[in-house]
Amino acid sequence: MSDRNPFHQLFLARMRDFYRQPEVIFWVFGFPILLAVGLGIAFREKAPDEIAVGIVRGAGDEQTLAAFDAKDGFKVKLIDAADSENELRLGKVAIVVVPSAEPTLQFDPTRPESVLARARVDAALQRAAGRVDPLSLREDLVTKPGARYIDFLIPGLLGMNIMSGGLWGIGFVIVEMRSRKLLKRLIATPMKKSHFMAAAIAARMVLVIGEVTLLLFFGWLVFDLVIQGSWAFVMALAFLGAFTFAGIGLLVASRARKIETVSGLMNLVMMPMFVTSGVFFSSERFPDVVQPLIQALPLTALNDALRAVILEGADVTSQLPRIAIIGAWGLVTFVLALRFFRWN
Amino acid sequence: MPPAILVRDLKKTYPAKPPVEAVRGLDLEVRVGECFGLLGPNGAGKTTTVEILEGILAPSSGTVELLGKTWARDESALREAIGVSLQETKFAEKLTVLETIRMFGSFYQRGRPPEEALAAVGLEEKRDALVSNLSGGQHQRLAVAVALVGDPELLFLDEPTTGLDPQSRRQLWDIIRSLRERGRTIILTTHYMDEAERLCDRVAVVDHGKVIALGSPQELIRSLGGDHVVEFALKNVERATDLAPYLALPSVRGARPEGEAIQLTVTEPHVTIPALLDHARKHAAELSHLSTRHASLEDVFVSLTGRHLRDE
Repeated sequence: MSDRNPFHQLFLARMRDFYRQPEVIFWVFGFPILLAVGLGIAFREKAPDEIAVGIVRGAGDEQTLAAFDAKDGFKVKLIDAADSENELRLGKVAIVVVPSAEPTLQFDPTRPESVLARARVDAALQRAAGRVDPLSLREDLVTKPGARYIDFLIPGLLGMNIMSGGLWGIGFVIVEMRSRKLLKRLIATPMKKSHFMAAAIAARMVLVIGEVTLLLFFGWLVFDLVIQGSWAFVMALAFLGAFTFAGIGLLVASRARKIETVSGLMNLVMMPMFVTSGVFFSSERFPDVVQPLIQALPLTALNDALRAVILEGADVTSQLPRIAIIGAWGLVTFVLALRFFRWN
Repeated sequence: MPPAILVRDLKKTYPAKPPVEAVRGLDLEVRVGECFGLLGPNGAGKTTTVEILEGILAPSSGTVELLGKTWARDESALREAIGVSLQETKFAEKLTVLETIRMFGSFYQRGRPPEEALAAVGLEEKRDALVSNLSGGQHQRLAVAVALVGDPELLFLDEPTTGLDPQSRRQLWDIIRSLRERGRTIILTTHYMDEAERLCDRVAVVDHGKVIALGSPQELIRSLGGDHVVEFALKNVERATDLAPYLALPSVRGARPEGEAIQLTVTEPHVTIPALLDHARKHAAELSHLSTRHASLEDVFVSLTGRHLRDE
């Protein structure tokens, strides 16, 4: 009878505590989708913006103006010499041309659009001056699902969600129970501590199924995300990740008495991984010196493995090193957490 | 039959600088079926003692036996046999009353149906209310229901009425009284002397980690020498320091200053009061205040320690 099954009752308590709090449901299910929508729109694939060119008024400005054709993607305007610096600084133009026999190009070499503009402006001016290109190039344009930013982003959001779910859903919840003296009250009963832990983890696992399915389904529905590898492997990785971050959450929560303390600890654990583990941008952007460190983080391994399966269709064998990293974090943190855990 | 609780020379010292000696050699014996009160001011060591009895804290030294068993040898049997209401437990807010009781009930091999525990504390109409919507008194009754759901032989109630309004306190008293009438052994800690007086068969007065008096409330009050207290204050007279003249009055068993006034412990107020008035007249002193009341456990505590229960 389930009424008298302690594991079932503890599991139900965790689930009820979750689904009776709309704000928690939003953070777990809604927030990642909002992030995907927001970032998916902001970084949607599109033709490069028009190149805004400023031409300084003076001798030869009309001639220079004629060198640029709007259908080549140029947006040209005449400006006063005194304004040129301001226009560049504010990004109203990407480049300024000062007409003369030897035209001067003013631009900021650290801005990608200015560097692009420099090359295009150069070519346009040269052609207008009579250059003939020896080669005529044909273009074959390719934009396919799998290579877009949203394809990179969704597995990263999945990893991020699994991490924060473990830390909030286990770490925060347990410290809250400790601060309410509820843990103390529980150990004054014949309750088995293993039941308590197992119920908390089981509740996490059930939620992970929902989190993963929802985000991937949404990616498919709205962004045509294609899962190249096996669904089962994606789910298995999600479970492994959920287990590991449950262990980290438990370790973070093992001693903390106050909610403030555990919130601080959780940020300390999560922030570095948010930034370096390749949630929003590739972890390879960081210098080589720190790469071994970054690659050893559980979220890096999880994100990379999820991307390999979802985007490249990787099989289990190829991901074994990453699985080992994730699993090792889980095992070590669980053992430490159970050792340090304080019930009262 | 072994006693419900047997405690010998219990000590608990918390590591700190300097170490905090919360319990300093405490002895107790609680009989099966009685309602036993641990009465003392805040910080007297009551909660520490009770949490050691409940097997939540480990003692620094001393022996503790519950129903003839010890925590070291028979932990799982004792867990099944006791019910606990801790000070300040806050149950999960998003569970309902019945769900909370049912969850705790599932931890016990044999227990009573959750609805029965609910009825025992009169919370039937709140069975489906979320814990977050309960008042302080209802939450405290829930705590008692949760303590009852395992059908315990021994029930620990740690300050069950602290912070409650008078009506909620009286409701809890009724619940505790009916549990006592059903023969359950109850250990109640409180710093309300009226609560101990009304509910407890026997009371141990605890101060600074030791039992300083033990007996039924009536015995303890009788130990003052008289059941009545006469309190008076004199006009135009400096705070009286010499109590000897008042001790010499008929039927007076004790005297102590109480603020501007003097309190006399008296067996027969109708004998003492005329004599007191004569004494005042003789010394040209005028009474500014005179009252009489029944002696209480508070008076016992004051006479033993010189302090009030609620001072700290």
